[in-house]
Formats: sequence, C-alpha cells, structure tokens
Amino acid sequence: MSRPRKTNFRPKNTHSTKKSRISKKPQVPKKPWERRSPGPQRSLSGAQDPFAGPAPVPVAVVQKFCRIDKSKKLPRSETKIRSRLEAAEAQEEEISVKAARSELLLAEEPGFLEGENGEDTAKICQADIVEAVDIASAAKHFDLNLRQFGPYRLNYSRTGRHLAFGGRRGHVAALDWVTKKLMCEINVMEAVRDIRFLHSEALLAVAQNRWLHIYDNQGIELHCIRRCDRITRLEFLPFHFLLATASETGFLTYLDVSVGKIVAALNARAGRLNIMTQNPYNAVIHLGHSNGTVSLWSPAMKEPLAKILCHRGAVRAVAVDSTGTHMATSGLDHQLKIFDLRGTFQPLSARTLPQGAGHLAFSQRGLLAAGTGDVVNIWAGQGKASPPSLEQPYLTHRLSGHVHGLQFCPFEDVLGVGHSGGITSMLAPGAAEPNFDGLESNPYRSRKQRQEWEVKALLEKVPAELICLDPRALAEVDVISLEQEKKERLERLGYDPGTKPPFQPKPKQKGRSSTASLVKRKRKVMDEEHRDKVRQSLEQQPQKQEKAKPMGARPSALDRFVR
Amino acid sequence: MSSSRAAESLLALNQQEELEDLPREYPLSTSEDEGDSDGERKHQKLLEAISSLDGKNRRKLAERSEASLKVSEFSVSSEGSGEKLVLSDLLEPVKTSSSLAAVKKQLNRVKSKKTVELPLHKEEIERARTPLEQEIFNLLHKNKQPVTDPLLTPMEKASLKAMSLEEVKMRRAELQRARALQSYYEARARREKKIKSKKYHKLLKKGKAKQALKEFEKLRKVNPAAALEELEKLEKARMMERMSLKHQNSGKWAKSKAVMAKYDLEARQAMQEQLARNKELMQKIQVASESAEEEGGAEEEGEPFVPDVVNEVQMKVDRPNPWMFRNHSGDTKEAEVQGDPEELAEPAAQEAPESEEEGPAVAEEILLKEFEERRSLRQKSGLNQIAKPVGSQEAKDLSSQEVLSELRALSQKLNRESHQSRKQELSSTRTVLVVQREEAAREEEEPLLLQRPERARTLDELEELGKEGCFQNKELPRVAVEGQQLERNPSNHLGVPKEKKRKEQMIDLQNLLTTKSPSMKSLAVPTTVEELEDEERDQRQMIKEAFAGDDVIRDFLKEKREAVEASKPKDVDLTLPGWGEWGGVGLKPSAKKRRRFLIKAPEGPPRKDKNLPNVILNEKRNIHAVAHQVRMLPYPFTHHQQFERTIQTPIGSTWNTQRSFQKLTMPKVVTKPGHIIKPIKAEDVGYRSSSRSDLSVIQRNPKRLSIRHKKQLKKNSVD
Repeated sequence: MSRPRKTNFRPKNTHSTKKSRISKKPQVPKKPWERRSPGPQRSLSGAQDPFAGPAPVPVAVVQKFCRIDKSKKLPRSETKIRSRLEAAEAQEEEISVKAARSELLLAEEPGFLEGENGEDTAKICQADIVEAVDIASAAKHFDLNLRQFGPYRLNYSRTGRHLAFGGRRGHVAALDWVTKKLMCEINVMEAVRDIRFLHSEALLAVAQNRWLHIYDNQGIELHCIRRCDRITRLEFLPFHFLLATASETGFLTYLDVSVGKIVAALNARAGRLNIMTQNPYNAVIHLGHSNGTVSLWSPAMKEPLAKILCHRGAVRAVAVDSTGTHMATSGLDHQLKIFDLRGTFQPLSARTLPQGAGHLAFSQRGLLAAGTGDVVNIWAGQGKASPPSLEQPYLTHRLSGHVHGLQFCPFEDVLGVGHSGGITSMLAPGAAEPNFDGLESNPYRSRKQRQEWEVKALLEKVPAELICLDPRALAEVDVISLEQEKKERLERLGYDPGTKPPFQPKPKQKGRSSTASLVKRKRKVMDEEHRDKVRQSLEQQPQKQEKAKPMGARPSALDRFVR
Repeated sequence: MSSSRAAESLLALNQQEELEDLPREYPLSTSEDEGDSDGERKHQKLLEAISSLDGKNRRKLAERSEASLKVSEFSVSSEGSGEKLVLSDLLEPVKTSSSLAAVKKQLNRVKSKKTVELPLHKEEIERARTPLEQEIFNLLHKNKQPVTDPLLTPMEKASLKAMSLEEVKMRRAELQRARALQSYYEARARREKKIKSKKYHKLLKKGKAKQALKEFEKLRKVNPAAALEELEKLEKARMMERMSLKHQNSGKWAKSKAVMAKYDLEARQAMQEQLARNKELMQKIQVASESAEEEGGAEEEGEPFVPDVVNEVQMKVDRPNPWMFRNHSGDTKEAEVQGDPEELAEPAAQEAPESEEEGPAVAEEILLKEFEERRSLRQKSGLNQIAKPVGSQEAKDLSSQEVLSELRALSQKLNRESHQSRKQELSSTRTVLVVQREEAAREEEEPLLLQRPERARTLDELEELGKEGCFQNKELPRVAVEGQQLERNPSNHLGVPKEKKRKEQMIDLQNLLTTKSPSMKSLAVPTTVEELEDEERDQRQMIKEAFAGDDVIRDFLKEKREAVEASKPKDVDLTLPGWGEWGGVGLKPSAKKRRRFLIKAPEGPPRKDKNLPNVILNEKRNIHAVAHQVRMLPYPFTHHQQFERTIQTPIGSTWNTQRSFQKLTMPKVVTKPGHIIKPIKAEDVGYRSSSRSDLSVIQRNPKRLSIRHKKQLKKNSVD
C-alpha cells in the first residue's frame, strides 16, 4: 500500500475573493483585482497590461454604501447560519463596491466661495459673485419686483427647475425659472398662505384663506379640498405622495394626493400651527409650537413621536437638513439652535441673533439660511454631514423687503427668497448637490420622461404608516410579536420545538455502555455546554474588568478609598 | 441644698410608714360584718364574671332602681354623683366623731405630701452633692458636656457645623480606610490563630519574647518607672498563677499527657515543661536589680502571658485587644484611654522621659503641640495623603508589635497617672483649664475606629454624599453632545435618585435653554434692528417680561411627568368588595385584602428619554408599521439579529446600480420563453430517475446541482 506522495503543496489563489476587494489607500494603486489571476495577463501580442484588473476603489466611498451594522455582536451561530451571514456580507460588499465604482459618474463638483487670505466671505456681495461667475450662472441671480401683492411664499419643484410663488394678496404664479418661461399666473382673489408643488411641476397646491386648492400648471383649478380648511403651511412628502397641511385650527392633516384621501387628521393640541417642516430623511413632520417645543409627527400615530423643548419662548422657525441629522430652530428668545436628531435631540450649538430668525432653510449640502428682518444670513459647515458653524456667516444679503419665505433650489446654487418686495434669487455657492439622479429628479426631463417617472414613482409609493423616526425599522424583525408567537406555540404544543433535545448518549458495544460511562459522557457534553455559556458571558463583559483595573503598577485593595 | 433634700426624703419615708400603720391602729368598722355578706358578694362576683365573659368589658355597674335587700357596701357605686369616691368620705361616719377627725386630718396631711419616687429622677442623681462631684460638674458645664445625655454635645454640634463637606468626605474616607484595615487585621489574626503548626507558633512566641525582652531592656534604661510598672505586672501575673491551677498538670491536656507519660518521652517532657513554667510564674520577682534575668524567664512565654493577665484584668491595667474593643462598650473615658492606638504608640516613648523630668505642664504642652500639628496636617494635606500616614502608622504598631505596644501602653498609663496626681496639686483653675484643653484634644483625637460616618449629619451634606456614591456606581455613557457653547452640568447625565434627578433635570433644562453664546454681530443687521440697536437692552427686558408669566420649562416637565406616568405599566387590582365579608353600602375592602389581590405590573424597560431632560419620546408601538415587519424567523436562523443582518441591504433599484439590482433580483430558476412547463410527476420529485429532464431549466448555480442530477444530465447529453 503506497501512501500518496506528499508534494510541496501550495494553495492556489492565496489571495482569494474572500479577502477584501477594497484597497485601503486610494492613492497607492495596489491593484487587488490583479490578484485574482496571479501573474500579469499577457495579450496575444505579448504586451503587458500595466494596470491589469479592475481599478481600485477607495474604502471611504465603499463604506458609504455599506448598510450592515457590524457593530452589533451576534449570538453564536451554527455553521449553516454563519454561511448565510457570510453570503449576505459578501453580497453587500460586492454591491457596495459596484455602487462606489459608479461614483465615477458623478462628475460635477460642488461650488464654493473662499476669501483671499483671511477675507470674510460674508463681505462679498451678490454683485461681486455675479461678476465673477459665468453668464449662465449669473443669470440665476435675479429679482422680481412685485410690490403690489404683498409678501411672497415660494417653492421650487423637486427637480429644481420650476418655481411657484404666491403673494399674500392672492397672486399665484409658476414659472420655469431657469428659462424664465412663465407657466401660469393667476390671482386667486383670496389670501394665499402657502404654496407648494406636488410630486411634479404639473400640480400646485395653494393654501388659501378658506380652503386648500389644487391647480395645474395652466392655472386651472383642479380641486378644492374643503376638508382642509384654514391651512397655514403645506409640506409635500414626495415618496409617500402625502400632502401634509397644518391648519389654524390646530390639526395636522395628511392628504394622499395619489388617491385623494385624507390619511390622517391629527390634533396637535397646541393651538394654531404655523410652523411646519419635514425631515427629508424619514418624512417625519416637525411642528413648532408657541410653548417652545417642537413636536415630531407621523400619520400612523395619534400622538407626537417626540417632543423637544427647544426655546423659552415660542418657536419661530424650524428646518431640518437633507440627511435628517440636524435640526435648526429659532425662537422668540432670539436664539438660533442646532439640534442633533440622531436619538439624543440635544442642542449642538446655539447663538443669539440680533432680531431672531423668522425663517430657516437648509440646503442640500447643509448650508443654513436664516431670514432675520430684511437680511438673509447663510452659515456653512465644514463638510456635508457636519452641522453649520454659527460663528461666522458664510454669506449675507440685504433684501428690499422683509423675508417671508426661504428655500434653497435643489441642484442649483441658488437661494430663493420671497419677501414683501417680491422674489429674489440669490447665488449661494456650494449650496446644492452638484450631481442629480437622472432617474429620480431630472431637471432636464421631457414631458414623456416625466410621465414615465410618475408611473414608476407611484408604483414605488411608500405606505403612509411606515413613517417613523427610524426609516430602517422595516429591516428589523418585530421581536415582540415573535416572542408572543413563540409563547403561544409553546402553550399550544406543550413544548418548544425550537430547542434542542437533551443529549442522549448512544449505546456502545464491548462493555463501554455501562451506566457510569453513559453518565460520564452525558456529563462531558453538559460541561462543554456550560463552559460555552461561561465563555460567552465572559466575552460579554470584558470592559468591566478593564475598568476596574487601576493605572498604577500594583493595585491595592485600599485604592478604593483614594479619591 | 442636698442635705435638705435628703431630709425631705426621709420625712416622706416616715410618713409612708405612718400610712402603713394606719389600718392596724384603726381597724375600720366595715370589716366586721364581712362574714355574713360574704355569700352574697361571691354571688355578685360570679354574675359579674359571667357578664364580662364576652370579649368586651361590658361590666355593668349595679344600678339600683328599686329598694332591695341586696345592697352591700362593697359594691358602692359612685355613678350617680359623677365624682370619685374619696377615702375620707368613707371614713366619715354619719355623725361626726372627734376620734375620727384626727385620723382624717392626718390622712389629708399625708396626701398633700408628695411621696418620694424611686428610682430617683435623673436630675436628682446628677445633682452634685460632694465637692468633688461639684467640681466635676463644673468642669462638665464649662465644657458644655451633655448632662442629660442628648445625642451630641454642643461642641460636637459646633464641630459638625464647622466641618465642611470636603472635610467630611475626607474624614469618611479615612474612617473607611481605617475600618478596612481593621478588618484586614482581624482576618489576619484569625488566620494566624488558626495555623496548626506548632513549630510556627513556637517560633512566633520566641520572636515575640525576644522582642519584649529587648523592649524591656530599653525601657529600663530609658524609663525606670515604667520598667517598675512592668515588674509589677509580672507580680500580678504571679498572683494570678498562684490563684489558678493553670500550669499544675491538672488540665485535660495534662491529664491525657500523664497517661502517656510512661511510654512517651515527649509527653513527659511536655509535662515537665508545664511544671517548670508553673514554677517560673510562681517565682517571686526581685525588685529592680535582678529584674532583668527574672524578666527573661517571665517573658519567655510571652503570648499566653498577655491574654491571661492583661485581658482579664483589663479594667485596671491595660487596654484589651485593640481589634476587639469595638464591641465592648465601656464608658467614654475608658474608651478614650483605650482607643487611640496611634497616640499610644509614638508619643509614649518620647513623652515619658520628658514628662518625668520637666513636670506635667511641659508634657501637656507637648501634647497640645502634637495635637496642633496633627490638626494642621489634616487641614493642609489632601485626602489620601492624610489617610496614608495614619493607616501605615497603625499598621506598623498594631500588626507585629503587640507585646511592645502593650508595654508602651503600660508605661503611658503610668505616666498619665503621675500627671494626674501632680495636677491635683496645682491650682484649681489651672486644672480646669488643663482638663478642658485635654478634653478638646481628646475629642479631636477620638479613636479613629470608634468613629462612624454619622458625623456627616447635615441633610444636604448627606445628600451630597449619597449623590457622590451614586456617581461612583453608575456612570451612564455620556450622550454625544459636543456643544461647546453650552455650559452644562456634567452631572446631568448620571443616574441619580429620582427626586434628585428631577431637580437635576430642572437645572439642566434651565441651562439648556439659557445658553449664552457670544452674540457676534453679523455684517448686515436688519434695518429695524439698526434703528433699535440702542434700545436692544430695553427690548430684551421687554421679552423677559413677556415671558415672565408662562413657565415653559415647568409646563414641559409636568407634561413629561404625565407622559412617564401614563406609559408605566399599571397594576391590576382584583379585589372584590364584599367577597368574604359582609355586604352593604359603602364597603371598603381591607388593606390586607387589597394588597393580596393587587397584581403588581412588572417594571418595564427604562424609558429612552430617561436621560434627555428636554425630550419626551413616545414609547408606544407603531402597530401600523409593525404590520409590515417580519414576525417569523425563517428556517436556519435562531436569533432575530442574525436574520436582521441578512435583510439589511436593500435590493431595490433606488439604492443599487442597475447591474447589482438585476443580480440581486434574479430569479433562482429561469425558463426559456416559449417552453412548456410540464406538471410535476412523482418521478420528477422522487425515487426513479426520469428518462428525460428539462434542459431548458437552467440552474442559477450549477455547482449546487446534486450529484444525481449531474449524472442525469450527463446521461441525457450522452443520449
């Protein structure tokens, strides 16, 4: 009998695909994909590809697309489960690498404004900026002098292409503001409180003195919704097709515009509601109240999801940034505060403004605009995710009238300000996301494309009841009902089918199956299980022990008296 | 004054005697006809007993509504009159007789006198009678010593008040440390006592004896008086030995040895040794000159010597085992003398000779100086620095040198006595002063171990302490707040008791809302403000006034409290009023019953906004959203977290590139368009291989094909 000769075995593919395909440093091309095929590939001509394999992807970008929370420790799992988990992780990595790769297509870079060695950017006025930028951008700065119909509210469509504005004294107009082509202009002969585009620029909701009206882009009144009366503020949730309305009577009403039904009418029990904003991250509506609190609402709950005490006086304005991380509030106590919305709801920074901000708006990239009287201040943060630092304003601009409405235009570095003297479109470099998603909100889409998108969006409509503080809650198991069901099953069956049956040693031959040995084997298994348990519990609290250790060389029991 | 008191009491006693004599001298007329009315009385009594049988005392007084024969003077009731029966009234005959009048007068006189209460009042006791007592009382009063023992003396109270929180903490830490040390040493002593090795004990004893000898030698050179005292002690030991039969081979052990002595050399030796010891102990000790040699012999058996003699006669001679006198509660004076191990150890050696030479005043001054030093040291140095020296000192003197300390204690005692005797000679004022001072010092130097942390008395200080303890215990992870401009109370995120917490919350909220940030002037100030800039302060004032009425914070806190209350699980009360008791209107089930049938709801998990004072989070479940969640774990998964991890990556095209979206949503089995899919037959599923299989059905993952399928495919391809 010959034993198989042991050859010098070297495992092939030492760099298997299991290893991370993400290079650690994007600067140094390590070419991890080269490894898949060891040795440089040779073409027919014999020439060598100097950059063989797929290009490396920077880690940070890939990390952005990873959604599995690996910080949570999992209970010990069997091999079958482990393989599933590994598969899921591999899949995630693969798709996030792909997504990171496609970042290459985001060619545009955000604009910026920098002062020359220590120059304050706030001193740069709009005229200077207009002078410096190209003609196309310069055309985006304009003023509409509409002194006749009082202070204006305005709203940009989601694509950022269209602008609708309504004056207090009934003037309503919609235009393609880039080309300055007027779509419609009417006077509703009633006070206009707020105006908002619905999911596309073809529909326009106007909160008039009495009821809520919906117009199309020709200015034809399509609906008069009498169940929503005395509306003060409008907010549209694009993914849920919900129009949220806050009324003078203290009701927050959700109107599903795709089916025309009122989803929920919630009584906020806080008097007149005239401050409302939405959190674009989780579609939660924020209402500001006169008792200094901001309440967070979802149509699925009768009570607010959260109530945050923000100011001593009444809240005057609320804004939430596009990532849903920060909320800016201003109150009658002249304070402007930025709150962290990630669970803690604590103020991150605050500052006192000379007159307090009456209007607030966040841009896509996290710039914060505040309208105080007839001045607009813009603050900028360090990056996209960081809160704006309130120390120094990034830009300031004085208007011809008092600010009445503020909104940053999506995908354009433009801040639209509605005031008592009309509309001002001012340039705010670095405000908007430079790259748009052509499938999602394409500023240049044709009518057909828009219709196509509309259908798709309607198909992907998110149910209203899914609105909650954590939008990723859907990826969680409903533990409470799971436990409940488990308990019920246990009651029904009398035993738990999920548990492993106790170990029963197999009978063995040749006298090795004596009772003593059986017991011994049983005990062995039991001990093993116990040891496992102990090990696990030890692993769970290593920090505690570390904490107990003092810094000195030899700890003494008397150390506990030292303070 | 005291003498007059005594006279009074004597008088009172006399009168009492008189009173006792009274019935003998003047037998009352009523007792004569006792015999004939006896039967009646018994009957009456019986009736009464029967009537009073049911629990309540329903004894009815005989009320006479008609004339009857059964009237006895023994059941005289005073009911109608509404007055108490007075003895003198009874004594009064129908006719006034002169002989009884005297008795009555006497009786009245007796009654008007107060009787002496026994035991005497405390005040009475404490009234100083003898001059010595008076002096002592004088001292006590001057020192504000509590006379009618309240909890604390005024001095102590004052010191309590004087002690700051810091000091209290320091003190407490010190005490804790000392107590810990004590427990260590107790444990150690116990452990050492338990050691069974004879060799070890022998060595230990020898070592101790040597040490003691050395000490004694030193003492003899330095302080002959103390040495003399030591000798006296030995003498006492001798006396004790003579009295007891400890080393006379009469014990149990000795008897057992005696049995063995015939055969066992060792046993014999042991017996002899014991006898020798007896002899040694019984030997009379010569004074001074030859004491050294004698001492050597006596000290040989050091350890047994100490407990026998010292501990039993501790009242007179020595302090007890320092580790045991915690339980033992002697009077304070003794405690003071005994305790203070640190004081005993060091000052004794240096102090003794000086005091001998320079007289009591100097010694006293030294003492005072030392106290001063100690006090200043305590004030100056930080906590641990304080705690350490004391501890180490104690450790040193209490651990190994028991014998030594014993000797020293002795010497000091002697020393002090000499002080006392000499002080007597000094003028009284001087004495008073000295005692006073010494007392103060003692108070300061009160034995560490006898002190408890009760000294921290004031309420807020206690609170502070408690809070601090809490802090140490649980320090919640700080919420990530990087507000640089917010001066927040760091303690606000810590778990503190509930009321405390509420208080904290309030404070914190105040802080939170009144963040003062540097109001930097923006470049462009709104026009209206520009006009009003000089009036800004005015405006601010106006705002303050406007908001004076509505207390936003209080309202919010109230709301939060209500929300918390509402979200708490409710107890279930299953009490049925009237169940098991009488029914009727206005029933109230008893507290016991209510307690019994009250099902307490389990404590829910902590609220998410527990540490967020400015937030109320809704804890209710969003049942509409829950309907969309997964509620069953699919097969291989045993824990929900495992499954959650596999569904965390979204597969929609919104979140993925086109390619990955397609890949993620690719069906497992793809059929060619136009192909007819036949219904499944038993052969397809099971046992026999079908002759033909669908080639059009392409498995997504060819690797996963089972071996049999592969074979089939091969066969087919061959066909």
